[in-house]
Amino acid sequence: MDIKVDESTCTGCSLCKNVCMYDAIEIINGKAVIDDNCVFCGACIDACKFNSIEITGLPDKHLDFSNYNGVMVFLETLDGAVLDVGYELATEGRKLASSLGVPLSGVLIGNKVKDNFLQAFEYGLDKIYCIDNPVFSNQLDDIYAKVLVQIIDKYKPEIFLAGATSFGRSLVPKVAAIIKTGLTADCTALAIDEEKKILLQTRPTFGGNVLATIVTKDARPQMATVRPHVMEKKKTAIAESEDQSAKIEFIDIDQSKFKTKYKLISTEKEAGENINITDYDVIVSGGRGIGGSDSFALLKELADLLGGVVGASRAAVDSNWISYPHQVGQTGKTVNPRVYIACGISGAIQHLAGMQTSDLVIAINKDPEAPIFKIANYGIVGDLFEVVPKLIRKIKMGRGLI
Amino acid sequence: MVDIKIIVCIKQVPGTTEIKINPETNTLVREGIETVINPFDTYAIEEGVRLKEKLAPLLSQTGEEIETIALTMGPPQSGEMLKEAIALGIDKAVLLSDRAFAGADTWATALTLAEAIKKFDDWKLIILGKQTLDGDTGQVGPELAQKLNIPFIGYASSILDINKNRMTIKRLMEDRYETFEIRLPAAISVGKDINIPRVPSLRGKLKAKNEAIPVWDKNYLNLDQSQIGLEGSYTQVIKISMPEHHYEVKMLEGSPDHQVDELYGKLKELNIV
Amino acid sequence: MHYFLTEEQQMIVDICRQIVEERIKPQRAEMDENCIFPAEIIKEIGKSDLFRLFVPEQYGGMGTGIFEVCLATEELSRGDLSVATTYAASGLGFIPIILLGSEEQKKKYLPQLASGEKLAAFGLTEPEAGSDVGAIRTKAVKDGDFYILNGTKQWITNGGEADIYTVFTMTDPSKGARGASAFIVEKGTKGFDFGKKENKLGIRASATRELIFTDCRVPKENLIAGEGMGFIAAMRTFDQSRPAVGAQAVGVAQAALEEAINYSKVRKQFGASISSLQAIQHMLADMATQIEAARTLVYHAAKVIDSGEKNVSRLSAMSKLFASDVAMKVTTDAVQIFGGYGFMKEYPVEKMMRDAKITQIYEGTNQVQRNIIALDLIKRGVL
Repeated sequence: MDIKVDESTCTGCSLCKNVCMYDAIEIINGKAVIDDNCVFCGACIDACKFNSIEITGLPDKHLDFSNYNGVMVFLETLDGAVLDVGYELATEGRKLASSLGVPLSGVLIGNKVKDNFLQAFEYGLDKIYCIDNPVFSNQLDDIYAKVLVQIIDKYKPEIFLAGATSFGRSLVPKVAAIIKTGLTADCTALAIDEEKKILLQTRPTFGGNVLATIVTKDARPQMATVRPHVMEKKKTAIAESEDQSAKIEFIDIDQSKFKTKYKLISTEKEAGENINITDYDVIVSGGRGIGGSDSFALLKELADLLGGVVGASRAAVDSNWISYPHQVGQTGKTVNPRVYIACGISGAIQHLAGMQTSDLVIAINKDPEAPIFKIANYGIVGDLFEVVPKLIRKIKMGRGLI
Repeated sequence: MVDIKIIVCIKQVPGTTEIKINPETNTLVREGIETVINPFDTYAIEEGVRLKEKLAPLLSQTGEEIETIALTMGPPQSGEMLKEAIALGIDKAVLLSDRAFAGADTWATALTLAEAIKKFDDWKLIILGKQTLDGDTGQVGPELAQKLNIPFIGYASSILDINKNRMTIKRLMEDRYETFEIRLPAAISVGKDINIPRVPSLRGKLKAKNEAIPVWDKNYLNLDQSQIGLEGSYTQVIKISMPEHHYEVKMLEGSPDHQVDELYGKLKELNIV
Repeated sequence: MHYFLTEEQQMIVDICRQIVEERIKPQRAEMDENCIFPAEIIKEIGKSDLFRLFVPEQYGGMGTGIFEVCLATEELSRGDLSVATTYAASGLGFIPIILLGSEEQKKKYLPQLASGEKLAAFGLTEPEAGSDVGAIRTKAVKDGDFYILNGTKQWITNGGEADIYTVFTMTDPSKGARGASAFIVEKGTKGFDFGKKENKLGIRASATRELIFTDCRVPKENLIAGEGMGFIAAMRTFDQSRPAVGAQAVGVAQAALEEAINYSKVRKQFGASISSLQAIQHMLADMATQIEAARTLVYHAAKVIDSGEKNVSRLSAMSKLFASDVAMKVTTDAVQIFGGYGFMKEYPVEKMMRDAKITQIYEGTNQVQRNIIALDLIKRGVL
């Protein structure tokens, strides 16, 4: 297989160079020259307006994946720190790698991320590939995609996992599109088919009412994003004598080749409000029965006492009682905290889709027929405006606050 | 001559996620279920229509025109959904339909959409819903953007500014909003915080009724069977099942004080308080 | 029930239903409680082309008729009578322009009213003049190219919210009702102010305010159809608009019936749902029958008007009279079926009962409707 540039028609316009995610093209003497970095992805052929690039000697679909080896997990960072989901992936990846008898590696990309090494190794990684560079200070899809593509192409893992975070769900599809492989979104269970040695990726569809198990055929790596907080994160014992530094590989990049098309103008967090509700162990949620925006203060008081955060049903958000990032359910966020306290939420199927995998559900509602009681572990038929203040008082008393 | 085209990619989905599985064939029972425009796609349609309403007067000053186009890949009956998009203010619609497209995963879907979009000139913006109600992946948008080699902004919560060449756009991440300036053409996906979709208009409905929706098949798109549908997909569903939820519901009875005491006890047992 | 609607008419119903389900129902209780004017919903109604139903095609309308207006009004009333009143009152405000306005007036005002971009209001009632048009005190005195308006209008629906007002004044008090003249007055005209907002029993989300004119100079081009044509303009407008009040009544009654049926199925007493009790069943049967009769009369009156028939006062008044009495009866019965819960604001039927009352009062009380019917019977005979 070979890739050729027709020098008689090439104008040296750089269109191909600009689309190449593998930095395989240079313009030399006004002509495109393709070097050994090329993986024959074909992006330059699509981009060339003069039909000057051609791949010759295309083989049949090669189904030999023997050169792909190992499990690789993406350790997503934000502001220099690895997100929990990275460690969850490492823990899960460890099981998969052991089952396959292959090594487990992590990819750590960001700015000033070196402090995370020690902790990352505690979750069973055999190796960390680290790119520590200021260009990766912010979560920019295009340059992250480019660097991930290069790493995956170089180290050829058979399995690549990333967190199904907002960034992961936007970034990883780009990577899969470039590499030309399958990607399964938002998995909640992973396993290895012992016989075929392939990854079985299970994910909820139809709002959590159907589970689909998906395999990647005819392409590697097998890529999946995994829903945060579903997999357990568990440290493994490390021999103290082990030299961690030998397990770290720093990858230098040519900064000039990572120019983003995304100009980040500003980042804002909602003042005094925790909107990252998927990250909390306790969610106290309010629905139509809350009756107005003021009453959310009551729920917030309870949430604060439990170290949790306030959630809401669609009805409450649509009534403008609370902002959209708090919404749980089909058109909001999918959450799975340890405890979900539903106050004045009837439990429409769309809401249940977003929270029914919570470890423990407590429902407080006036209507004994409310569907929320069908999936709750503990149900209280009563007035939330009576029950919640009593509970707050009880907790405060228990802590000697009153 | 239309100078700017906004393409809205939409999908027809079952109106409910209460899906049954046929235990004998282990396939989804989809008959008898009403289909609707994927809820997130209704925000995409609305945003496209609003952008046109906003940009059209500005562009007309320089004699330029703007057009919105709805695109879907699906079975022939998806044409009805495209008519709904027209009733909501979209200018025209194209249906990508071919037996050979069936079974496509997100990769093959993105490829097919990309080839269709390349048939238009002067498209500047592609808008999608952030995910579908049935598949729930959210992958088609970024994959499509990559195939077209354009920037992609997911979870867009508002377009702060836009002109022919660039836009300023805010996206919602887990714990923050990020505002970007990007050059067009670009693709974005939108959630429900971006707008409130309008109700169709009577004139829109009347226009939609008489609209003939062009259907493009694989031959028209010059696509080979191996690139599309099940064959062109890198992922394959090997099993579907109903999740098993075991809920042991315990109702806490008695007076409110007693209920709260009991609940507090449970929370204490579980080390939550 | 099948009402043999055309495809376009069915579209109108579908659009209104969607607005009711998605926009009106989630907000109506709060709008009612806090008297919040439904500005966004009215915008949505405008974007959906529903104001175009009133207007001829050449002025940006759909070229439809009163029947289509009634279909839309009925459906909106199923959601909330305040919204439907606001919608219908804008139509009431610009019907005089459609019926008697000059070509210039039509071209200037109708397109922006048809699109819903601007809202209209109908300014007739005064503290001393309700059903009696001849008692209007608001004066218009000619001064060169202007008329100078002085006086106060009371209980004007869409007052303060509307942009275009049809205002009925007295240009020649000596002629009584025949001395009345109608003007188009734009919001923002110097000397045109708004008085207090009324706190009402029902349709609380609709805007009801005084219009206060103090040496307000209105260009003479804004006079509708010449001096002395005010009474005719008002009467001919009411002939067209009264079936829409009937449609409001049918809509709110239908909503109450639906609530009552649903409630009777889930409410259990003596070990069974109350819908199994014959006392309840007969109430439901009577409510449904009365509504159907009212609807038939309203639809018929609308269709007769659309046919171009001139003598429509009697039928038009009958549709308003009958339907509004039915609405009051049916909504009261719905509250009764709900029992104690019906009396509580958590359930929507008490609001429907409060709202329904106005349909017996505005656009001519039901006593005035009977006068109109009787007068026409005596004048023209039973045919």
